[in-house]
Amino acid sequence: MYNGGKIIAGLIIFIALVTFPFYTNVGKTIEAPAAPDAAPDDMHIGNIPIVKMRGEHMKLLDQWRDEVVRKGERFVEYDGDQYEKSIQNGCLSCHSKQEFCGKCHNFVGIDPYCWDCHFSEEEGQL
Amino acid sequence: MKIDRRKFLKMAGFTGMGLGLSAADMLFKAPAEASSGHSAVSTAAVRRAMVIDARKLKTDEDYKRIVDACHSIHNVPTLIPEKDTVKHEIKWIWTDTYSRLFPDQVNHYHPEGFKQKLFPLLCNHCEHPPCVRVCPTKATFKRPDGIVQQDMHRCIGCRFCMAACPFGARSFNFIDPRPYITELNTEYPTRTMGVVEKCTFCSERLEKGLEPACVEASNGALVFGNLNDPESEVRKILKTHFTLQRKPELGTMPSVFYVIGGDEYAG
Repeated sequence: MYNGGKIIAGLIIFIALVTFPFYTNVGKTIEAPAAPDAAPDDMHIGNIPIVKMRGEHMKLLDQWRDEVVRKGERFVEYDGDQYEKSIQNGCLSCHSKQEFCGKCHNFVGIDPYCWDCHFSEEEGQL
Repeated sequence: MKIDRRKFLKMAGFTGMGLGLSAADMLFKAPAEASSGHSAVSTAAVRRAMVIDARKLKTDEDYKRIVDACHSIHNVPTLIPEKDTVKHEIKWIWTDTYSRLFPDQVNHYHPEGFKQKLFPLLCNHCEHPPCVRVCPTKATFKRPDGIVQQDMHRCIGCRFCMAACPFGARSFNFIDPRPYITELNTEYPTRTMGVVEKCTFCSERLEKGLEPACVEASNGALVFGNLNDPESEVRKILKTHFTLQRKPELGTMPSVFYVIGGDEYAG
């Protein structure tokens, strides 16, 4: 083998670098971040179970967006009451943005671009 | 059957003539509809329209009240003139002079004061909106009631609509508008950098049974209604007053009409 020493030395360095995350972390336990103290799983939002709402509220918001912007159907009725299909005038008129939205979003580490335009009253001047 | 050369050529000739005639027939029928802007009028039950009675708008205060009503409700940012370039300006409703509004009116002998008179301008919510035609994402669309609406979620900021609009009714958010909003309305979203925006005829207020904000603030100078209802207020005004639309020669058929007046300027 030509330059055998260099090749083998190079391979050893390469393997050492690639496996670096494994041998440095072996045996260590990393604590999972504390789950947010969310509402109990048997709750409902409107007629939708909260578990479904947690997983699929983005689809509902998408659907509402199209209905409001495209068709002008601005209100949804539940239990005889009318609610506005709106983040600012619907969800956030009762809920707090930090509690209701922020808790889970922070936990899973996402920053949805809803807040580029929509905002809540509690934020005051932007 | 045996066909000689002479008979074949005759048949081929007649067939060609027949094809040509049917093509010509189509050619003569088609353009009649396209070339006349007046033939394609909306027949929908509702077509939202506005009449602006410029005679009732006299002082700067009258205009300011209208513009402020709209811009404060819709979180439209106000520029700091010494800091920002004019291209960053966002406007839903604004004012300009007669000659800028109606460049097709080339009468040099209008009273001098009248030429300086300001008129309010806004999106014309055209019957044939060119902005809708060019939008590559269908973010801008025409609602069944004639309002030209824009889905901000879908706008990619290509600004084709700004190039297409002959009325300059659209503004682009070159910068984040939030720091420039003086009076924040928490019931309406702001916009983000990179989207185009314009007047919506206050569709969100109409759905709650309210009139557009500018109409409400105008003390009767701006009248809003259904253009396709012969008994509506706007139609009554159009029936009894001479009105102008902006740039009618372009065939976009604006839904905003101007009662010009001008008697007070005539010597």
